[in-house]
Amino acid sequence: MRFLKKFYTFIIFFFLYAPIVVLMIFSFNNSKSRAKWGGFTFKWYAELFRDDEILSSLYYTVIIAVISSLVATVIGTIAAIGIHNMSKVKKTVVMNLTYLPVINPDIVTGISLMILFIFIKLDLGFITLLFAHITFNIPYVILSVMPKLKQLNKHIYEAALDLGATPLRAFWKVILPEIMPGVVTGALLAFTLSLDDFVISFFTTGSGVSNLSITIYSMARRGINPKINALSTIMFITVLLLLIVVNKRTSRKENA
Amino acid sequence: MKHIKYNIKHKKQIVKFLALILLLTVSVPLMTGCGKSGNGSGERVVLNVYNWGDYIDETVNDLFEEKYGIKVNYETFATNEDMYTKIKSGGGKYDIAIPSDYMIKRMIDENLLNKINLDNIPNYKYIEDRFKNLAYDPNNEYSVPYMWGTVGILYNKTMVNEPVDSWKILWDEKYAKQILMLDSYRESIGVALKMLGYSMNSDNPEELEAAQNALIEQKPLVLAYIGDEIKDKMIGEEAALAVVWSGDAIYCKRENPNLEYAIPKEGSNYWFDAIVIPKTAEHQAEAEKYIDFLCDPEIAFKNTEYIGYSSPNSGAKEMLDPSLLNDKTAYPDDEDIKNCEIFQYNESLIKTYDEIWTRITAE
Repeated sequence: MRFLKKFYTFIIFFFLYAPIVVLMIFSFNNSKSRAKWGGFTFKWYAELFRDDEILSSLYYTVIIAVISSLVATVIGTIAAIGIHNMSKVKKTVVMNLTYLPVINPDIVTGISLMILFIFIKLDLGFITLLFAHITFNIPYVILSVMPKLKQLNKHIYEAALDLGATPLRAFWKVILPEIMPGVVTGALLAFTLSLDDFVISFFTTGSGVSNLSITIYSMARRGINPKINALSTIMFITVLLLLIVVNKRTSRKENA
Repeated sequence: MKHIKYNIKHKKQIVKFLALILLLTVSVPLMTGCGKSGNGSGERVVLNVYNWGDYIDETVNDLFEEKYGIKVNYETFATNEDMYTKIKSGGGKYDIAIPSDYMIKRMIDENLLNKINLDNIPNYKYIEDRFKNLAYDPNNEYSVPYMWGTVGILYNKTMVNEPVDSWKILWDEKYAKQILMLDSYRESIGVALKMLGYSMNSDNPEELEAAQNALIEQKPLVLAYIGDEIKDKMIGEEAALAVVWSGDAIYCKRENPNLEYAIPKEGSNYWFDAIVIPKTAEHQAEAEKYIDFLCDPEIAFKNTEYIGYSSPNSGAKEMLDPSLLNDKTAYPDDEDIKNCEIFQYNESLIKTYDEIWTRITAE
């Protein structure tokens, strides 16, 4: 029985990671083709660092993800608190409005934003890309923070005020720590969505600003260049190392 | 008590430090980002170029910037339709775009392109005459060819023992489940039309019905309808015959010498990607310089070497390896392509083709 459980877990992880492992192996393949092994080489890594377009896309992807998730988290958290304290009718209306960007297909959001930016005569570029990402991230943050707010004891805020805290201090020291897991989840969700996004980014960017999804997707007609495999390998290993370091630190804290 | 206080203070310091670093990293692109969208104090001209992904040698844009001092903002798109949507709506003021033949025709009809003054493009003389005055731009007013190719049959010599010279071989039951077709309706319906002896741009309902039926008949013999994975499948010898673009065929033949390419005698499609200047261009003169630069034999040679597709530039051809030049796959003679057609575009035609394709794939 124990063997079966372990085997089952192994199978799940195998299916999840096998494609990534294959991807990493083929980043060392001398041939561009996935059907043939042409010999071991580092040349794709070398070419990756010479390719300005991919490096610039990587840079913009990370920067946009970081900024948009931070801004969206702040706005979303404050919005969630406001919505939570609204009267029932208003709350329903606003929550339904919040659901709209989530349900809408990306292409509708993307093209609408593009038309909006053109209408207000804002040139498509970094700023519009950032605004677009913040826009589609905010609902997800709100949706992550709301459950935590619902779980909050209704009177804890009043109690803090009674004990002499100013409203701001009460928020900062009492409410925020309680909802922090929801806020962090929202931030991580926003970050991931932003990293991933293709359709909305494609229609709201310009002036040479591209993100990785656009660059990779544009290679569809020609076939994905193994430079992308090299890049993905590097990104995967970086995130893996980061997670290991973070986990080691938190487990050390717990043991201490 | 003491060490708890220290931990909290320490954590606050680290957080403040990280926040500072973040702020610095973040403020840098915001400064440059603001500058970019407004072209700043107007010292350097910036050219916005819109091309397919992985469709230019990596050094070309840098060389252009060095030569002319004009900065190139390079963006990529995945399909002609995406590019068309962006340009038509006015988003992204592109000075240069490189669409395919049928899309260029559509953009000319909808008045989305500026005329190109060929006097400003001395290197135009290197474009071969057979690539001038093409159906989609008969007076060479709006486009300059960039890359070209054909559609044909890629087959494995060890798996196919007869001469491959007709589209009918794709309907041969001997090769059941060994045939790969393109997941693209114009190529697939076009192949069926050519097989039956009709034009690839036919809008005759009877001819289209016949093509539809032929494709439905063929379905059980087809291993898969795919896109770019066709290359790997053929190199891996998973199928005997496939419909491919000539550029992909050149690549496949290099990776697996058992593969060979043929343009059937009924004729086929020949396609062009060409450089155009959209109406939203703000720097016409600089855009024309860019086109001239791309037509420079050295640069055209770099591009065709990197991309691996056929170049319409005679100067670039002279620098090619003779074995590639003599390869009919890459550079067919006039004789081979005499029955080839360029795809035409017209809205009702596209709708009809789309419906046919839906019916075929749904069967």
